[in-house]
Order: sequence, then structure tokens, then C-alpha cells
Amino acid sequence: MLGRLSWAAIPLDQPLPLYSMGVVGLVILAVLVLVTVKGWWPYLWREWITSVDHKRIGVMYVILGLVMLLRGYSDAIMMRTQQAIAIGDAQGYLPPDHYDQIFSAHGTIMIFFVAMPLVIGLMNFAVPLQLGVRDVAFPTLNSVSFWLTATGALLVNLSLVIGAFSRATWWGYPPLSEIAYSPDEGVDYYLWSLQISGIGTLLTGVNFVTTILKLRAPGMTYMRMPVFCWTALAANMLIVAAFPVLTATFVMLLLDRYLGMHFFTNDLGGNQMMYASLFWTWGHPEVYILILPCFGVFSEVAATFSGKGLFSYRSMVWATLGICILSFMVWLHHFFTMGAGADVNAIFGIMSAIIAVPTGAKVFNWLFTLFRGRIVFTTPVLYLIGFMVTFVIGGLTGVLLAVPPVNFELHNSAFLVAHFHNVIIGGVVYGALAGYNYWFPKAFGFTLDDRWGKASFWCWLIGFYLAFFPLYQLGLMGMTRRLQHIADPSWQPLLLVAEAGAIVIFLGILCQIAQLYVSIRTREERRDLTGDPWNGRTLEWATPSPPPAYNFAVLPRVETIDAFSNMKRRGQPPVEPSYEPIEMPRNSPIGIVNAFFATVVGFALIWHIWWIVILGLLAAAVGILAFGWSENREREVPASEIARRERARLGLGRPA
Amino acid sequence: MADVRPFDDRTPGVEEYEPTANYWSYTAGLGLAVLLTIASFVVSQTNLLWAPGIPVGLIVLAFAQIGVHLVFFLHLGSGPESTNNILALAFGVLIVFLVITGSIWIIANLNWNMMDMPR
Amino acid sequence: MTIATLDFVPTELARGRGGGGPAPTRIVVAYGFWIFLLSDFVLFSGLFAAYAVLSGNTAGGPTGSELFNLRSVFIETMCLLFSSYTCGLGALSAERRQPGRFLVFNALTFALGAAFLIIESTEFAGMVSKGAGPSRSAFLSGFFTLVGTHGVHVTGGLIFLVYMMAQAIAKGLRPHVLRRLLCFSLFWHALDIVWVGVFMLVYLMGAR
Repeated sequence: MLGRLSWAAIPLDQPLPLYSMGVVGLVILAVLVLVTVKGWWPYLWREWITSVDHKRIGVMYVILGLVMLLRGYSDAIMMRTQQAIAIGDAQGYLPPDHYDQIFSAHGTIMIFFVAMPLVIGLMNFAVPLQLGVRDVAFPTLNSVSFWLTATGALLVNLSLVIGAFSRATWWGYPPLSEIAYSPDEGVDYYLWSLQISGIGTLLTGVNFVTTILKLRAPGMTYMRMPVFCWTALAANMLIVAAFPVLTATFVMLLLDRYLGMHFFTNDLGGNQMMYASLFWTWGHPEVYILILPCFGVFSEVAATFSGKGLFSYRSMVWATLGICILSFMVWLHHFFTMGAGADVNAIFGIMSAIIAVPTGAKVFNWLFTLFRGRIVFTTPVLYLIGFMVTFVIGGLTGVLLAVPPVNFELHNSAFLVAHFHNVIIGGVVYGALAGYNYWFPKAFGFTLDDRWGKASFWCWLIGFYLAFFPLYQLGLMGMTRRLQHIADPSWQPLLLVAEAGAIVIFLGILCQIAQLYVSIRTREERRDLTGDPWNGRTLEWATPSPPPAYNFAVLPRVETIDAFSNMKRRGQPPVEPSYEPIEMPRNSPIGIVNAFFATVVGFALIWHIWWIVILGLLAAAVGILAFGWSENREREVPASEIARRERARLGLGRPA
Repeated sequence: MADVRPFDDRTPGVEEYEPTANYWSYTAGLGLAVLLTIASFVVSQTNLLWAPGIPVGLIVLAFAQIGVHLVFFLHLGSGPESTNNILALAFGVLIVFLVITGSIWIIANLNWNMMDMPR
Repeated sequence: MTIATLDFVPTELARGRGGGGPAPTRIVVAYGFWIFLLSDFVLFSGLFAAYAVLSGNTAGGPTGSELFNLRSVFIETMCLLFSSYTCGLGALSAERRQPGRFLVFNALTFALGAAFLIIESTEFAGMVSKGAGPSRSAFLSGFFTLVGTHGVHVTGGLIFLVYMMAQAIAKGLRPHVLRRLLCFSLFWHALDIVWVGVFMLVYLMGAR
């Protein structure tokens, strides 16, 4: 009746998940009660949940990413603490089964439900504004994508409460992830939540490639697009190219687990190495999907806060496209030690070294942009400088690891863990936080408190170095990754330093929460009245903060790169433009309805409740077909309303 | 705003403004595809082609038939309006090539090194 | 040129370098669907790669040459190819607003597609009954998944076709219906392209 679900799935005998489930449950309950009591449901439903506006969806992605950062970070600090104390005779406080679930969940959540949503959220918010258009190519599909990603996040978090998560690491390598060695629901939670959110991400990729290539303001040729849009294009091309490979790989593992097939089993002809190869065929482009938009953020930040255009726009574009193509030619460096011959290893090692070159070119371009600029040291600029130092170090250790003989020593050691956290924190986290601070005033109409922002930056910077540089040393000393217990007591001092670093990063996260709280409380002092708080160069700053749903009353005519700087230089037009009515898409519940059924079906698949799977799929199909039949999905914003808004804004002395 | 303007980008399959979109192009495409299909069956089942060259022959015939589909059924042309579509297709073809040949090459190498027995 | 004028940016200046402003809806929808289809090709390439690697791992069970019936493969290939042809003719009829021919050609497309599926399901059922199901060996897992995923796509395409014919009948050949029919044609032709790969590399190479 309920598949393999039973009351035993609730971890009543395990205090840690039980208490955390209790706390999170209470918080969620409190939020729901607050919203109901205050009567905010109609507003939330109308303005956010069913919204197809890229700005709203972008904000929701960022909120999802930041909330999941708290979950992913609690996993991190639990692991750090366990490693700091479970040395020699001490056993620590996390039994191995738990520890395995925690490192699997940490990786899965941080990559798929923190980094991806943050990056996709920033692209969602900024790209249409920068392109000078009203929304993405497929706004309703955008909403569907977001809610599917949220479904994946929900399913992963349900594993804390009902059943257990995968213990097969964030990669899910067979044969460990096969039914013979992981018969319970853990790996299924992992696979289904990622398959569902993967569909959302793929649709986002399609949406943004189409938007950037087919929807730009008149006059905005390819070489007049902001660099952030170029990096967004490259990242979304990679999404379209790489995510289907992950989908296919997970399909095959799911078929092995559910229908007894033999793609990756030990017997009857399966080949486990094929999983590793296919997984990393996705996995390497994935890290470039994460970093390229962050490179774009830093390009925007560097140009804006030095008061000059980006140095060598063309080479930035070519470097971005070069990285995009090369990222598909290096994936074997994730498994040099799996047994390929020296010839294969050498070729992929050389390709991995080559891919560092365009990134190096970008770093020089950022430096030359800052050089002789009139730099304003805001929080985003601090993140830029922190990034340039930190990411370069991480990239250098990456090039070290790209040498196969070195890799044979350091594969899956703490050195590797330090390397990828170096580039992800130094690159993706700093980039996301810079973008968050940079575009926050555009989204909400007031800037974030800069002092708390800087405090958060310093904690993240110092905390990162304290937490991860010891791991480089430990890796060279022979420590592998994913250790629940440390046998060698000489490692303890370094692990204690790492723990201190983790605590400092935690303080950084607290500073971010404080920043948000303080900024909201004192928002009137930092209102963005002009829409252009940073003297920006690109078109998003030409709108009011926050922009109206239609973004631009009249689509701007673009004549140069840094179109808004050009507009400011040329000054206010002598004549008020005549406004035409604008057709905007209506809100739609299909996003959340679809996601609801996806959650139900996903949960039922995990727990083998087949009748719910069938009913859920039928209901989802009916919903989609009904949505496809509906008419009247656009509304017209009358010219009079647009004129009224623009005149009110112009009254404050803003150029149109 | 009109749904289509002249001088716009073409998109694969769009019939308006397509000088090639008529009954003749589809019929010619069908004819060629049928011929190529029959040819591939013949190549694989008879000795017309030198035996070790048969896989290459089949791959060539497959590419030819895919090309027929792209040109005659999807109207993928060579003009400036089709550039975006050709570039997208080229990127897709590159990825498909890398995934398939990369996997085959890597796994063959791994299997040989791991002394994989036939199973 | 001031910012406020509404005259159109001359297409000769902007054309080819992408400065003509936002493209019309039909182009945007079709291009987006084309990108989605390319992602589908990449999905199939993952399954092709797995099949290629595992095709020799028959685990003592039946091989391709023992199982594949090339006559029925030829017939189903012709069914799918001709259904692509009738689909194209249906698209032409839709553009030329000829509802009668449109319905006939699309009904033929459906019939030929359904014939393909029937032949393929019969082949699968036959293999399973001989003990050569997908759980017999890695080769068979790869075969059933690759060919079966293509079959699932064809099934989805037929459902899409029926749904679009219902929309065309109920609402007429309006712009948004035409856009979706365009997406269907793209989808159907793409499936035939994938089938070319399947029958060449799976059946013809496997049957030798």
C-alpha cells in the first residue's frame, strides 16, 4: 500500500537528525503561521509563487540558494568538528553511517542547491535587464524550471526526516550505488531529486540560450552585449550540452536499481568505469557552468567600480568561448587513477593545463581594468580582489593536479578537497556574494549595509584560508578525503586550525544575516532613488529600482558597448517618447502545480509506492495538457499607465 | 508586431519565406533517404564493400542521410539567416562526437589496461 | 540619432551582426525548440556511448546477430521515414491553410508512427519471451534502453500530434497553434535523424 515506507523511516533513535528536523520543522511552521496570520498568502501567490517575471524568479532562486547554504554549511561544520576531535582513540560524535550521509549530502546540496541556484538566480535577474528586453524567451517555462529545482531541494531535505540519504558520495559511483550495496532509499533520494531538478536546469539552459541569441534590444549586436551576458551564454550552452549526459547516466543507474538492468553492475557485463566517465563528462562542464557567470559578475564589478570600461572586451569574449569549448575536453582528469594508459592520461593532462590559459588571460584583463581606474572600495570590489588572489591559487593547484604523476599521489586526498574548495569558494561563492551585493539595490530599491558586507567578506576570506590551507598540507602528508576517524595524531593541529577556519566562515554567514537584517531595518537611509547607485555602465541601471514588470517603457536603442554609459554621456533626450501598450505574460500556477506533482511522484518512486507514481504522472499530464489548451495568457499594460509611471519617475530628475 | 518579418533569421523547419519549402524538396528528400537506407542495408548484408571498411561505409551513409534530413526536411540552408542554427547544430555535433568517441576511446583504453575479459 | 526616436534600426546595418532587436515569436519559439532538440541529441549520445561500450558484453547470452530481424527493421525504418515525409507535407498544408490536406497528412503521420511502434513492441516482446530481456546482459540493457528511449520519444510525439490535431480542429490554424505544429515537425524529423543512427549503428553493425 505504501511501498517500502513505514514508520521505521523516521529516525526516532538518532538524536541529531531528530533534533534538527524538530528545529527546522518549528521554523517552517512559525513562518507559515506568520504568513497566514498576516494575510500574506494572496500577495505571495500573486506576486511571487505564480510569477513568471524573471526578476522575481531570480530573487527566489537566490533565496533558495542562500537558505540551502545554511543546510550545506551545517553539514560542513559537522564534518570539520568530527575530524577535529575523532583522532587516535577518540571516536568523535558522528557514527560512520551518518558521516557518510553527511558528506554525500554536503556535496550534493552545495553544488546543486546552493551554487547552481545562486548563479542561475543572478543570471535570471540581470540578463534580460542587461540585454534591454522585457523578459526571457519563455517566461512561464522559467517559472516551471525554478519550481522543479525547489522540488529537488525539498526531496533532498526530506531525506533528513524520512529515511536516510545516500552514502555513496555526491557522485554516486557504482557498484556502491547499485542495489546490491545500497539497497535502501538513500541513493534513490539522490537520483530522483537530481533528475527532477536537472530537468528544470536544462529548461533554463534552453531558455537563456534562446534569450541571449534571439532577444536583445535593437542595435545590440553580439559585440555590444555586456560581458556578463556572454558568460551567461557560455554557461547556458554548457548546461544544454552537459545536463543531458547526467540525465542519461542517472537513467541508466536508475534502470539498474529499479529494473535489474546491468549497465554498471558487477555481474552480467556491467562496466562501472563507464559511469565514472559519463558522470565526469557532465561533471567538468558543470564546474564551468558555475564559474563562468561569476567571471561575468567580476567583469561587471571591475568595470563599474573602476569607472572605466572593461579592458579588452574582445579577448574576454574569446576567452569565455574558448573556456566553454575546452571544458568538454578535459573530463578524464577527474579519474586519472582509474587505470587509463599513459597516452590517454597525458592528452587529458595537457588539455587540462591548456584550459588554464584563457582564465589567466581574463585575470590579466581584470587587473588592467582596475589599473589606473578610480576605484571605489565597496563590498563587491573586495570580493573581486579576494577572488583574484584566491582563485589564482586554486587554479595553480589545479594545474598541479593536472599532471598525471602528481595526481596519482594526490587524487582523492585532502589536497584535492582544498583545491576544489579553493576555486569554488574563491570563485563561485565570492562571485555570487559580489553579484548579490551589486544587484541587490536594483532588485529591492535600497543598497545593502556596506560595513556588514565588508565584515562578512573578511570572515569569508580569513575563514577560507584558515579552513583549507591546512588541508593542502594534510593532503601532502597523506590524508585522504572523507575520513570519519583520523588515526595519525600528528594531523590534529592542522585539523584544529581548519576547524577554526570553519567557525570564522560561520561568523561570515552570520554577518550576512546581520547585513540583511540591518539593511532592511535602515533601508530608508540607503534608498536608491535614481536607479543607478554605482554609476553603472550597463542597461540594467537605466531602469528604476526595482524595475517595473515590463523593465523598459521603451526598449533602448543601443549604439555601443556599455550602452548606459553612452546614454549618460549623450544626456537626456529633448522629447518625451510616445508610449505604446506593452504585452506582458500573465502569471501562471503551472510552475508550482507541476512541481507539486513532481514532488509527489519523486517521493513515491523513492519509496516504491507505484500506484501514487501512476496517479501523480497522470495528474501532471492532465495539468500540462490543460495548461497547453488555455488561452488568454497575456495581458496588455496600457500606454496611459506606462506614461503615468514614467512621468512620476522623470519628476525625480532621472533621464528616461 | 507581425509574427514573421522578411529578412529575418530562418529557423529549421519554418515554412514561410522558404523558397525550398515545397512538395519537390520533401519528395526529393524522401527519395534520397530511401536510396541511402537501401544502400546501407546492401552494404551491411552483402560483400559489395571490403569487409573491414563496412563500419566506415555505414557511418558515411548515416551522415549522408542525416544531411538529407537536415537540408530537405528541416530546410537548413547556408545563407546568413541560418547561421545561428548551423552554429547551434555544429556545437551539438561537436558535443555528440566528444561524448561518443571520448567514451569509446577512454573505456577501450581502460578495459585493455584492466585486462577486461570478454563477458 | 537621439535615444527617444522610435524609427526602426535599419536592418541592413544590424543584420548579420544580430542588432535587429528582439526576434518575432515564431522564430524565438522554433529556435528554443531547436536548442532543446540538440540537448535531446546529447542525451541520445550518452545512451549511444553506453551501448557502444557495452555492446560486446553479452555475458554468455544472445548477441545482436542472433536476435535482430533485419526485415522488420527495414519495414519500421521505412514507416518512420515516410511518416517524416507526410509530416513535412502536413506542415506545408498548415502553412498554406489547407485544413483538409493538413488532417489527412497528419493522420497518415500518426498511422505510420503507430505502425513503427507496433513493429518495435512486437520485436521487444519477442526478445523478452526468448529470455533476451534487458536484465539478461549489459549488451541487452544498452540495446533496450537506447532503442526503447527512442520509442518512448516516438510515443510522446504521437501524443503531441493527437493533441495538436485536436487543437487545430478546435481552434483553427491560429498563430500559436501553428507555432506548436512547427515544434512538432521539428521533433518528428529529429526523431528520424536519431533513428538513422540507431538502425545503422545498432542493427546493421550489430547484425554482422
